[in-house]
Amino acid sequence: MFKNVLIRFCLFFLLLMCQSTFAATTLVAVAANFSKPMSEIAAGFEKATGHSANLSFGSTGKFVSQIENGGPFEILLAADEKSPQKLIKDGYAVSGSQFIYAVGKLVLWSATAGYVDEKGEILSSGNFKHLALADPKLAPYGAAAIEVLNDLKLQDKLQPLIVQSENIAQACQFISTGNAELGFVALSQVFENGKIINGSAWIVPAQLHAPIKQAAVLLNNGIENPAATELLVYLKSAPALEVIKKYGYDLAQ
Amino acid sequence: MLSSADLDTLLLTFKVAAIATTIMLLIGTPLAWWLSRTNSSLKGVINAIVALPLVLPPTVLGFYLLVLMGPTGIIGQFTQWLGIGTLSFTFYGLVLGSVLYSMPFVVQPLQSSFAMIGKQSLEAAATLRASPLDSFFTVVMPLAKPGFITAAILGFTHTVGEFGVVMMIGGNIPNKTRVVSVQIYNHVEALEYADAHWLAGCLLLFSFTVLLVLYTQIKTSPMAQPFK
Repeated sequence: MFKNVLIRFCLFFLLLMCQSTFAATTLVAVAANFSKPMSEIAAGFEKATGHSANLSFGSTGKFVSQIENGGPFEILLAADEKSPQKLIKDGYAVSGSQFIYAVGKLVLWSATAGYVDEKGEILSSGNFKHLALADPKLAPYGAAAIEVLNDLKLQDKLQPLIVQSENIAQACQFISTGNAELGFVALSQVFENGKIINGSAWIVPAQLHAPIKQAAVLLNNGIENPAATELLVYLKSAPALEVIKKYGYDLAQ
Repeated sequence: MLSSADLDTLLLTFKVAAIATTIMLLIGTPLAWWLSRTNSSLKGVINAIVALPLVLPPTVLGFYLLVLMGPTGIIGQFTQWLGIGTLSFTFYGLVLGSVLYSMPFVVQPLQSSFAMIGKQSLEAAATLRASPLDSFFTVVMPLAKPGFITAAILGFTHTVGEFGVVMMIGGNIPNKTRVVSVQIYNHVEALEYADAHWLAGCLLLFSFTVLLVLYTQIKTSPMAQPFK
């Protein structure tokens, strides 16, 4: 009986191994703001190549820390340019594999319709209690939000109202549950097919903060994996770029 | 070394833990007493509810609290009706979360030490005309002292170690909701390993010392130490 089960197990694993020679799986660390487009792109990638991508979402800072401590990721889609450069410098990523896959846009968003005006004047005139943003030390979108507040000379006035989240997805959570009346999130989180999905928003003009250039990089773990290298190629293909644009990102020039 | 921001998080953490522990003892004592004496059919249900945070991931509790404390949630509507606004991202929101999260660590040791007190001593007190409340303070409390100490220490230390719930309802505000566990997490994420080591080391030393005292110095029945 036991032997029988053992044989079946072995056969099962052999089968799995055979399959992997044709279709490989790659493990991708994805910055939280890019989770929706990346899920769509991964589905397209699976259809187009037969390979598959396992996606893990979180803050860029956390992923860098995990990768430097032996994390099994093969690709990093960061929310900035700095982190991939750092990983290359420290010897965890492949030099020359880095490219900008999207340029992010920051948006001031509220779950309540009509709450945020089209010029974002609510920031100076509003009577809100909490302004949510991602921790500027960990999340590039949080750093951009602080830049905007500085540019508008509102930093000192609004500082006591700021609630920080660990990543940009959590900032969205604070706002969508109504715990914070409004906050800065990535446009991609509240935008699809040319319009804001719900609530009200002010798309922050690009000149108010440094461009949020999001870079991808191949990590050392992925060098040998065809799924990893092909996914990076697919990320530059026309169908992938369509998806990226659909969620409100600009493309790299 | 510890920066002043790090020290602030330590102080805040101990403040949350001290207030939460006091509240837990005030609510937990009558609750544990009732649970240890009753034959009510509700006993099983209440016991299960109290023990829930032991098995639920903190994210579940944090998620429900975030939704319930929001302006449209039941707790949020109640606190707004009271005129104190919503509790998310506030010090007292954190205290509420901690009380719910650490309650089993207070109720369970109390309940088992109450259960060990026989009927005879209470009956003896009653024949000497002690009122039930009287005998609770003069008979039960001294007999259950080890249970109270265990409950207070476990409740306090467990609140100090809380992370998931704070992550979800805190908002990382200095001196209000930025507790030490969150600060350590942020240091690690920002690759500030030296700072993370200092704080994490302090916490490790604190927790070990307290538990060492609990398990070596305090003479108590095994029943009152459910986690021994």
